[in-house]
Amino acid sequence: MSQDYHQMWSDLGLDLDAHDALLDVLSKAYGDIYLSQNHRPETMQYFDFVMSEVHGLRIKELLDEKEQGRKIIGSYCVFVPEEIVLAANATLIGLCSGADFATEEVEQFLPRNTCALIKSSFGFKLGKVCPYLESADLVVGENTCDGKKKAYETLNDLVKNLYVMDLPQVKSNQGRKLLKSEYYRFKTEVENLTGKTITTDALKKGIQIVNNKRKAIHRLSNLRRSNPSPISGLDALLTNQVFFYDNPERFTDSVNKICDELEQRIKQKIGVFPESTPRILLSGCPMAVPNWKLPWIIESSGAVIVGEESCVGERGVRNLTNDSVNTVDELMEAIIDRYFKIDCALFTPNPDRLNHIKEMVEAYTVDGVIHYGLQFCQPYIMESIPVEKVLEKNSIPILRVETDYSMEDVGQLKTRIEAFIEQLK
Amino acid sequence: MRCAGIDIGSRTIEIVITEKSKIVDCRQTETGYDPLMQTKKLLKGLSYDRIMATGYGRNLVEIEFDSPTVTEIKAYAIGAKELFPAVTTVLDIGGQDCKVIALFDNGKIKKFEMNDRCAAGTGKFLEVMANTLGFDINEFGDHALSAKKDIQINSMCTVFAESEVISLISKGQSRNDIALGLHKSVARRTISMLKRVTTNGMIVFAGGVAKNPCMRDLLAKLLEQVIYVPENPQTVGAYGASLLAQEKM
Repeated sequence: MSQDYHQMWSDLGLDLDAHDALLDVLSKAYGDIYLSQNHRPETMQYFDFVMSEVHGLRIKELLDEKEQGRKIIGSYCVFVPEEIVLAANATLIGLCSGADFATEEVEQFLPRNTCALIKSSFGFKLGKVCPYLESADLVVGENTCDGKKKAYETLNDLVKNLYVMDLPQVKSNQGRKLLKSEYYRFKTEVENLTGKTITTDALKKGIQIVNNKRKAIHRLSNLRRSNPSPISGLDALLTNQVFFYDNPERFTDSVNKICDELEQRIKQKIGVFPESTPRILLSGCPMAVPNWKLPWIIESSGAVIVGEESCVGERGVRNLTNDSVNTVDELMEAIIDRYFKIDCALFTPNPDRLNHIKEMVEAYTVDGVIHYGLQFCQPYIMESIPVEKVLEKNSIPILRVETDYSMEDVGQLKTRIEAFIEQLK
Repeated sequence: MRCAGIDIGSRTIEIVITEKSKIVDCRQTETGYDPLMQTKKLLKGLSYDRIMATGYGRNLVEIEFDSPTVTEIKAYAIGAKELFPAVTTVLDIGGQDCKVIALFDNGKIKKFEMNDRCAAGTGKFLEVMANTLGFDINEFGDHALSAKKDIQINSMCTVFAESEVISLISKGQSRNDIALGLHKSVARRTISMLKRVTTNGMIVFAGGVAKNPCMRDLLAKLLEQVIYVPENPQTVGAYGASLLAQEKM
C-alpha cells in the first residue's frame, strides 16, 4: 500500500490488529494465486494496484466523496440497481463476503449450517474488518434466499442503517409489480438519504454509466471466446469482482484497456495457456473477493475458465438498461425490465438459467462445465441436479462441486477436478 | 520396458511394476505420517524405467522423483479395464474416499462421483467402527456376516455413528449384529452413489474395502447382481498408473 492508513481505519472503528492480519492473508493469497500466473496481460497491473489498495486508497476516495456530501450505499446483491444510486449522486459498493472471518463469533448469531457467504458478511461486521461496511451510509439487504432473509433480521441489530429490499420469487405480472414497487420504494429511500430528487437526466446518466461498465465486461467476455484464451479465468473473475468496488468510469476505462491489449494478443495468437487446454465454464454461486479457491484449483490443474455463469460474472452483467426513453417513470420501467430478467436461482421455476448455461457452453466453445455450489446454498445446489441432467442429455461433461471458503477440502477437490480435466482431454 | 505405478493412498501405499501389461512385482506398506519416507523404503531395490504416481500423495512423488502424475480416478479406471475388459462401472472404496466411475466401451471415463471431504461411507468409517467394537479390521466383515439380527444404524457421520454404536452396546445388543448394521449403512450409501452414476453392466469393486466379505455380499444382494472383485483390489490404482506409464512418452 502506498500510505499508512491506520488512522483512517481506526477512525472507521476497525479492529486494527485483526484487520492487519486479514490484509496479510489477503496479500499473500493474492501473491500466490494471482501474481504467480504466467503470461498475464500487462494491463492487469491496474487491477493488481486496485487489489493492493482495496482497503486503502479506494476507502480514502470514498471518505473524500463523503466529505463532499456524497452518500455511500453498500449492497450484497446484483438486484440493487446502481443506476438509481448514481442518479441520486451517491456511490454503490459491494460489501465484503468472500472469506471466513470471526467464525466463532458469527456462530453466536447464525447456525453452523449457514452458507459461507452469509457467515462471511457477519464475520466482517463482527470482526470489525470491513471498511466498506463501516463507511456506508446505508446498507441494503435483499430477500433472496431464506438464509439471507432471516440473517438480515439478525444483522439489523448489528448494523445501524440496514434497509431490506423485498424481491419477487416468480416471474409473473404480480412478481414484476412487486419488483416495481420495491424499486420505487428504494428510489424514495435513496432520495431521502441524499436529499436529491432523481431527475430524468440524472437517471439517464446513471444508466449510461452502468451500461458502459457492462459493455466493457461484454467486450471482455467476447474476447474470451478466442482460443487460445487471451486472459486467465482468474483475471477475468477479478475484473468482475472489482466491478462492485471501483469508481465506475475508471473501471470501464481499465477494462477497455485490457480489451485493447487482448485484441492485439488474439491477432498474434498469444494466449495464457496453450490452444489445447480444456475450456471450462464455471456456473453457480457468486464468488466475492477473495474467494478464488475453485478457479485457482481449476487453472492450476491444466484447464482454463472461459466464462462465469454467476452473479459475479455473466448473470450480473447480462442485458443493458434501455436509456432511450424520456421520463423518470419510463426509465424506471426500463430498469425494472432489465433487473427482472436476472436468472437468479431464487426464482421458481427458473428455466432461463438453464438456457443461458447451454448458450454459454456454445458461445465460449466450452469442453466441460463445473457447477459451483456453496455448501448450504439451497437454491443453487437444488438447481445443480437439473442442470447436470440437462447437460448430460446434451453430452456436455459436468462436475458438480459443493464447497465453502475453507481450505480443508483442497486435496479432494484437486483430485476431482484433475480427474474431470483428464476426462475432457 | 519396466514401468512402476505407485499409489499413495491415505492408509496404504502400493507399488506395481509391469512389463507390458504383466505384473512382475507388487509391494504394499502403510502410509503412516511420512509417506515420502515410506515410498522411498518401498522403492528400494526395485528397478524400473519409468514411474507414474497416483493417489492423494501423488504430488509428493512428483517433486521427489520427477514423476508424472495421474488422478486415482483415471488410474483405477485403467487398471480395472485391463483386468476386466467388459467393465462398465468401477467402485473404489479406499481409506478416505469413495468413488464411482462409469466408463465408455473404449475405457474412457464417462462420469464419476466422489465423496466430499467427509469420511462417511469410506474405509475410515469402518475402521473407526471396528475399533469401537473391538474387532480387527481384517475380520470385521466376517463377524458382521455371522450376525443373527438386523439392526438399523441411522447416522452416517463417523462421529455420530460412534455414539450410536456406544448406545447400542449399552443396550446389550450383540456386537456382531451392530457390525452388520454398520456394514449395511455403508452399503446403502455406496449404492446411492452407484445409482447416481450407473449400475448397468459389469461392476468392478476395488480398493481396500473390497477385501471385506460382508461389503461384497451386501452390495451383490442389494443390487441383485454379481460384483466383480480383483484378486488384489488395493493394487488396481498402482497397476493402472504403471500401465499408463507404459503408454506414455
